[in-house]
Order: sequence, then C-alpha cells, then structure tokens
Amino acid sequence: MTSSAQIEKRIVLRNYGKIDPNSIDDYVKAGGYSALKRAVTQMQPAEIIKTVKDSGLRGRGGAGFPTGLKWEFAAKAQGSPKYIICNADEGEPGTYKDRLILEGDPHSVIEGMAIAARAIGASKGFFYIRGEYVKPIEMVKKAIEQARAAGFLGKRIAGSDFEFDIEVRSGAGAYVCGEETALMESIEGKRGESRVKPPYPTDEGLWGKPTVINNVETLANIAPIIENGAEWFRAIGTPKCTGTKVFTLSGDVVNKGAFEVPMGTTLRTLVFELGGGIPNGKEFLMAQVGGSAGGCLPASLLDVRLDLESLREVDGSLGSGALLIVDDSRSVLDVVRSCMKFFEHESCGKCTLCREGTARLARLVDKIAEGQANTEDLKLLERLSRIMERTCLCGLGQAAPKPILTTLKYFKDEYLIRVSDQATPKGA
Amino acid sequence: MSAVQLKPEPEVALATVTIDGQKVTVEEGTTILEAAKRVGITIPTLCYHPDLPPQGICRVCVVEIEGSFLLQAACTYPVRDGMVVKTNSPLVREARRMAVELMLARGDHNCPTCSRNQKCELQKLAESLGIRENRFEVVRVPQPKDTSSPSIVRDPEKCILCRRCVAVCQEVQTAGVLFPTGRGVHTEIAPPLGRDLAEVACVNCGQCILACPVGAIYEKDDTDKVWEALADPTKHVIVQTAPAVRVSLGEELGMPTGSITTGKLVSALRRMGFDKVFDTDFTADLTIIEEGHELLHRLKTGGTLPMVTSCSPGWIKFIEHNFPELLDHLSTCKSPQQMFGALAKTYYAKKTGIDPKDIFSVSIMPCTAKKFECTREEMRASEYQDVDVVLTTRELGRMIREMGLDFPSLPDSEYDDPFGISTGAGVIFGATGGVMEAALRTVYEVVTGKELPSLDFHPVRGLEGIKEAEVDLDGTKVKVAVAHGLSNARALMERVKKGDSGYHFIEVMCCPGGCIGGGGQPIPTTLETRRKRVESIYQADKELPLRKSHDNPAIKKLYEDFLKEPLGEMSHELLHTHYVRRPLV
Repeated sequence: MTSSAQIEKRIVLRNYGKIDPNSIDDYVKAGGYSALKRAVTQMQPAEIIKTVKDSGLRGRGGAGFPTGLKWEFAAKAQGSPKYIICNADEGEPGTYKDRLILEGDPHSVIEGMAIAARAIGASKGFFYIRGEYVKPIEMVKKAIEQARAAGFLGKRIAGSDFEFDIEVRSGAGAYVCGEETALMESIEGKRGESRVKPPYPTDEGLWGKPTVINNVETLANIAPIIENGAEWFRAIGTPKCTGTKVFTLSGDVVNKGAFEVPMGTTLRTLVFELGGGIPNGKEFLMAQVGGSAGGCLPASLLDVRLDLESLREVDGSLGSGALLIVDDSRSVLDVVRSCMKFFEHESCGKCTLCREGTARLARLVDKIAEGQANTEDLKLLERLSRIMERTCLCGLGQAAPKPILTTLKYFKDEYLIRVSDQATPKGA
Repeated sequence: MSAVQLKPEPEVALATVTIDGQKVTVEEGTTILEAAKRVGITIPTLCYHPDLPPQGICRVCVVEIEGSFLLQAACTYPVRDGMVVKTNSPLVREARRMAVELMLARGDHNCPTCSRNQKCELQKLAESLGIRENRFEVVRVPQPKDTSSPSIVRDPEKCILCRRCVAVCQEVQTAGVLFPTGRGVHTEIAPPLGRDLAEVACVNCGQCILACPVGAIYEKDDTDKVWEALADPTKHVIVQTAPAVRVSLGEELGMPTGSITTGKLVSALRRMGFDKVFDTDFTADLTIIEEGHELLHRLKTGGTLPMVTSCSPGWIKFIEHNFPELLDHLSTCKSPQQMFGALAKTYYAKKTGIDPKDIFSVSIMPCTAKKFECTREEMRASEYQDVDVVLTTRELGRMIREMGLDFPSLPDSEYDDPFGISTGAGVIFGATGGVMEAALRTVYEVVTGKELPSLDFHPVRGLEGIKEAEVDLDGTKVKVAVAHGLSNARALMERVKKGDSGYHFIEVMCCPGGCIGGGGQPIPTTLETRRKRVESIYQADKELPLRKSHDNPAIKKLYEDFLKEPLGEMSHELLHTHYVRRPLV
C-alpha cells in the first residue's frame, strides 16, 4: 500500500498548515505574489491567458469549463469596466475545500484573482463568500488589507500601471447563489435567481459588463501555473483533465477529510487508501460523487477515475469534489430522499420545471420509499428526471435528478422492491 | 424547400437556420421563436408576452437544438448560423406537456368559475397540447385572495408564476409593487413585506391584469351592485361612458378590434334599464374649459409650471407616492368622471328635482384605477359619494353577455340630455395626447381669438413614449410634452424635478397608449390592439360635427345656468380638488 504522501499532490493546498494564513509575510516567504509580480511586470495579458489555456486548467466549481478560454472570452468582450468574481459560495453538501483553502491560504486566491484581473483587463473584483463562512470572510478581508498595504492590490501594483482591488460580499444562505448568474444577481442586490443564458457572463455579467467568475480552487491554481509554467501543470492529472483536485471525504469512511490528488485518481484510492476504508466492519455500498447533485456510484465502479471525462462516462459528475461514502447498513433511497428534500428547499422558484419538479421528485421518492407507489409513479419519476436534466433553466434543476437517475441505473432493485401495482392508483 | 433569403445589409450578420426542416435566413441574434414564425411555426409560449422582455422561465417554449443536450427556451435563445432546431420532437412535446401538467397540478385551476374562463392562455395551451389527464396529483395549498384594493383582486392560487405582471409593474409602470417572494414551491408573486395591495404604492392601473395569462389577478367585480340598483325601483340609476369604451366594448363582445360602437353602447345600457345614459365626453369638454383656463391663469400669474394633467387616477396616485414634492404641478381639475359625478348629484339633481340620495351614479370606464378614484374622500362634492360604482369595459361586457343582448346587431341610439352632447375634443381624451390636443384646440382659440387652421396636432399623437411640441399662441411660445405609461411619466417628472424641463404643460396618462390601453379594457390588450383603438378614437373625433370643447352648446348652457364662469366659485367647489402626499412604503 502506498502512503498518502505518495498519492497526494498539493498545489492549491501547497501552503496549508505550513504557513500562518494571517501573515502575508509568511505567504511571500513561501514564494507568494511572485507570480503576480511576473504577470504584471513581465507578461502581457495575452501571454497570461495563453499560459492558463495551455495548462489545460478547467473550472473547479463543477462545470469544468476551460479557465483560459473563459478569460479569453472576457478579455475580447466589448464593454467596460470588466469584473472578476471569486465564487466562494460553497454550499454543496459535503464540500469544504474552498473553506480550507481560504482559511489555510487566503492570499493564494487573492493572487489568482489579481492575475486573472490583469489577464482580462479588470480593475475591480468581488469576493463572494458564503454568509455562513464567518471565519473565512474575516480572514479574506484581513488578507485583502494586507495585500493592499503591501502593494499587491490597489493602484500601481508591483510598481506597474496595473490597478486592481477587491470587495468582499456575502450571501444570505441560498444554495442557488453558487450558480454564477444567481451570484451576480445577489451582488447586484437582487433576489438570488439564475439568469437565462446566453448572454454569458463573459459578455454580459455583473451589471451587464464582461465578467469572469472563477471558483476558489480554480484561482488558487493560477499562481503556481504562472510560476511553473503550463507544461508542469499538464504533466499532472489526465491529458484532458489536468492538475489536481481537492476531494472532501465524508460519511461512512475512516478518514474524513480533504485530500488533494492528481485528476484521474481512482475512487478506490480515495476511499480505501486515503480514506482508510469503511469503518465498523461494514461494506462499501456506494459513493455519491460531487455533492447532492452528484451521481451515486456502486462498488462495481470503485475503479472509476475521478476526472471530468471518466465520471461523465458512468453518468456521474466531478462536481465540487465531495465524496459521500455510504456503507451497506444504509438505504440507497434514504440518501436519495435527503438529496431531493434539499433541492426542493433550495430551488429558487423561477423556472417551472425546477420549482415544481424538485418538489414532485421529492414526493415521488418519498412515496416509493414508503412503499406507497406503483409502477406508474416509478415511470413518472424517471420521465420527470429525464426532462428536468434537459429542460430546467440552470444547473441546479438540471443536476437535481442526478441522484435519482444514477440510483435508477445502478440500484434499480431498490426501487422495484418497493413498488407495487397494488399500491395507490396514481399521482404524486 | 429553398431558403427564404433576405437581402444582406452590409453590417448585419445573417444566420441561416433549419427549423423543423425549413431553412430560414434571419439576422443573427433573432430568437428561435421569431425565426420559427418566419417559417410559419408558432412555438407555444406562456411567460412570453409580445410587449415585454422575454424571460424563458415557464419552459413551455423549449426546443431541441442539434448537438445540444439541453433544451433551450425559444423565446430567449438566439439563432446561430447553421443551427438545426426541432420544435416538435417527441422530447420537446414531452417537456412542454410536463411543464403545463406541473402548472396545472398546483393551485386552483377550476376553469368554469375563473374570471378568465375561455380567455385563459393556460387553458388554451392545455387544449392545444392535448392534455387530457395530468400525471401529477393536484396539490392545493389554500391561500387567501387579496381583496384589499377597490380595483384589483389577487388570487395567488391561480398564479402560475410567469412573472409577466412583475415585468409590467416594475419596468413598464415602475410602480414596483409586485415581486416574487418566498422560494421554490413557496414562491408567490405579491406586494413587498407581506402587505396587501391596498397597503402599498399600487396605483391600481391594472396593467398587471392585462399582462396575466390566467385568472390570478383581475378587476374587483362590481356588476352585482349595479344589477341590484337597476332592480331597485327607488333608485334613479344614471350612467356615464368614458371616451375609450366606445372603441373597445365591441371588441369585448366579439367584434373586430377598434370597432366604434357608440350608438350600440347607448342602446345596450338603455336596454339594461339605466334611467339616463350620459357621456363622460361631456365632462371631458368641461375639463378642457376648466383646465385650459387654469393653464392660462398660471401662465399669466406666474403659477406653478409646468402644469400637469390630472384626469388619470393611476397617474395621480403614482405622483402622490413617488413625487409628492411635485403635487403643485398637478392641475386642480377633477377628472371628467368625477366632474360628472359631482354635477350629477348637484346640478342634475336640482334640475330634475330628484333627491341626490336616490341617484345611483354608475360609470363605465376602461380603467381599474377609476374604481379607487370614486372612493377617494375628496370625491364627495354632493355630500354623497359622487360616483357610486365604476364598471370596467370588461364588466359591462359580462353584464351584456349575461343579459343575452346580441350586441353587434343592436341599433344605434343617442345619449340623453343634458350630459349627452359632446365634441371630438372629448372623444380624444381616450388616447395618449388627446387631452393635450383638446386643450390646445381650445386654448389657441381663446388666446388668439382666431380659428385654428387645422384641428389635428400630429406631434402629440402616436405611441412614442414621450412626445413634445411647441405651440405659438400669437407670439407666446408654449412648450408641451405628453407621456403615457408610468416609466415615461417618471422620466419626464425627473426632468421637471430638476427644474429645467422648460415645459409649460404636460399631459400624463398612466396606461400605455392612454385610456384605450387601460387596465379595464378587453383582453388581450397589446401594442397592436392599442394602436387600432387609438386609430378609432381619432376616427370618431373626425366624424363628429363639433370638435372643440368650447363649441359645445351644452357646456355653454351649463356655465350660463349654473357654474357661471370657468374657475369660478361653483367650479371651485364642484370641479376642482386637491391631492395628498402618500408614502412609498
């Protein structure tokens, strides 16, 4: 068995536990802000974008969109001013990677934002941090002040003409505000609800201006990429999904915690090597990968590689990198029910399919779990799920049926044994 | 089939797309919905309204785009060159039906008892999509109706959360009293802070009613009060009809949009049993005399300028809430409805020897705000409520249907004396710019002593949001502006507030298009129907022998017999009013 130190590869958690996160001096001593200096004094915006594009870095918030390409869209978009937003509205159940990064190394994200701002031509950034994250909010605010005082934010950054500053905003607790367009609505002071796309944020984002929204983990990768080059980054992970990913293990697993590993590491490695396996002599039943909107994968898929492409092939998704491990003493349907309850609660209510659909999914799953459903109900559950994933306005509603669809695929019997045509005739 | 080719303009990028096998070339950025219309395909919609920004939230108009896993809302999604779209695939049909089934499965969708029965977009959609059963069990969470407003009733249980009312209230009218509140399935469209409509800055314009595709928001129905009065032998029931009603009641009763039905309207009201059928146009003429003199007085004496018209009760409540510091700009003239109401229970009562307490005064209005206006405490010049009940065009239409009158085949009849004689100047009150034009016709002749070469003031006509004109009154240049729809009125008032607008006289009508687009008008009321009704208003004006208020012989007689002089003591008592400051929250 390999040791966890051999499996782990720390890029975004490079300073975690090694430096005093409240000290900018510590960060600078560890090599911090040298990438920013280089980006503003020695690199043209196009060169920064090219480096990030070449690195293959893809968004760590869940969608996996190529970061460099996003920056390029915003850089080329008409409109001024332009904005960079750090999405730290980490609300995906079982996910706490962004909190760890912010609490362990806030400057790494600030530096990434400043480099992004330089690349796209933004002079203003917003740090949107989940309201419940009281400590990270304080730490980020403090770090911003330190960076300002040290000349890494504000006017004439690192002695150049480049000017950039960051404002911290926090949400009021709605999960949907982690969705980029809802997040922008929230910053604008409006009800947190997703917008119709297109227009995309890179064309018309915050206050209708070109805007890049990047996840905390994405931004924490930027300085090392600028420092070490695209080739270095590409050598980590898989060809299509480069670099590392922070996974957060929770549930029925011995070592609950965060592990940063190269993209493409297997689920088995995470659960049984880093995670230490299933406690109390129980067996692995399934892992929900990516958060509440993630797929539920059975033991037969333990060797699936955790990267965007491999997970898509098995109908799962990388999502936020949350890994909820479930042992065989639990019921698959209980997990699904709890997810559906969550989405019913968190749907913003804007589009019909999500507003009504999430509530109906929750009722149908309840009905099935309680043995009150017939085969028509099961059929309706499957059809509604299929329609929602393709028809809802935003990612929340599109992803909400994922736990249902993957458990219908991998644990169909769990449904069938509870469904009877002698049950109530119809409806949900 | 060959592509429908448009001639390429130099700077407009074109996109050729295939929709259900039909090729069409359109400007890049055109929505799929619009592009589909070009090849004769109407994609079903619900949250879409032709006069409002598309929202893409009901998900009824979703279509399949080749190469895309996600279905996209046709009302918002722009075409790209080479795009292949399917609007009628099994997946699209299923998604569309599912969206409608889900809407039908929440709340109260009992069609026969709904105010929008047979005029409901959801009902039509369910019919055209062939929904014969709902796979979802109906969930009803009883929610009380908001009946606090004298004008508008909100029924949250019928609401399908399409937000068209929100767009109208926020963007077109900027009254800003309807919002989505709560979230998920608990979302409700409601006034802020859990308040009722009567407790917020709602101006009662009823544009939300016109925007609503279902029966979730509708006029307060007062037809029973009128039936009751008509059946009461002790009541002398009189009625006045607003200018805009004559060009829209026919539409409500199945005739083409813009049908002019003045004579049939009078016949119908008489057949219903009204003792006297009068015309609000008469007091519209009277308004011109009073308001015209008020303007001249302000011009001469250095009074507050610009003077702003006060006929539109939605506008009045809007300025009371939003620009209380500008109330002195309002003309003190009551609206024609209330001038009529005051005269009916004083002058008319005296003349006929009928005790005003036995007079039941009804008005037929295109307007829901008039229902509020008649209840204002300032509107009791006769010491009774001057106007007892206001019915909208839609309510009168219902009464005529209930009575079984074959409206289109009714003969024409004339209004009764003394409030039945009117001029074209009174008629055009129904359209945006009409009050201004009517006032200019009179003011010009009063000031210059000359006859107008042409009665038509074209710069103040039409549906442009804010119109301006300058009129030369024998050397005195009078600068005027006209706004309709409250977002335009707001923009104009912001300029007045700054103090450098330079205007002398401003006409504001609350509703887009003026009264012909009022909240009590036939549904649908769209830009298109507003345009047709405006045309008919000017047509009706043209057809009248008298077109200037000061030429109205009955008005002259009213001054001789009763009022004595414009802005006189009697006018002051009966025809003028004051305004109140109202809070925004």
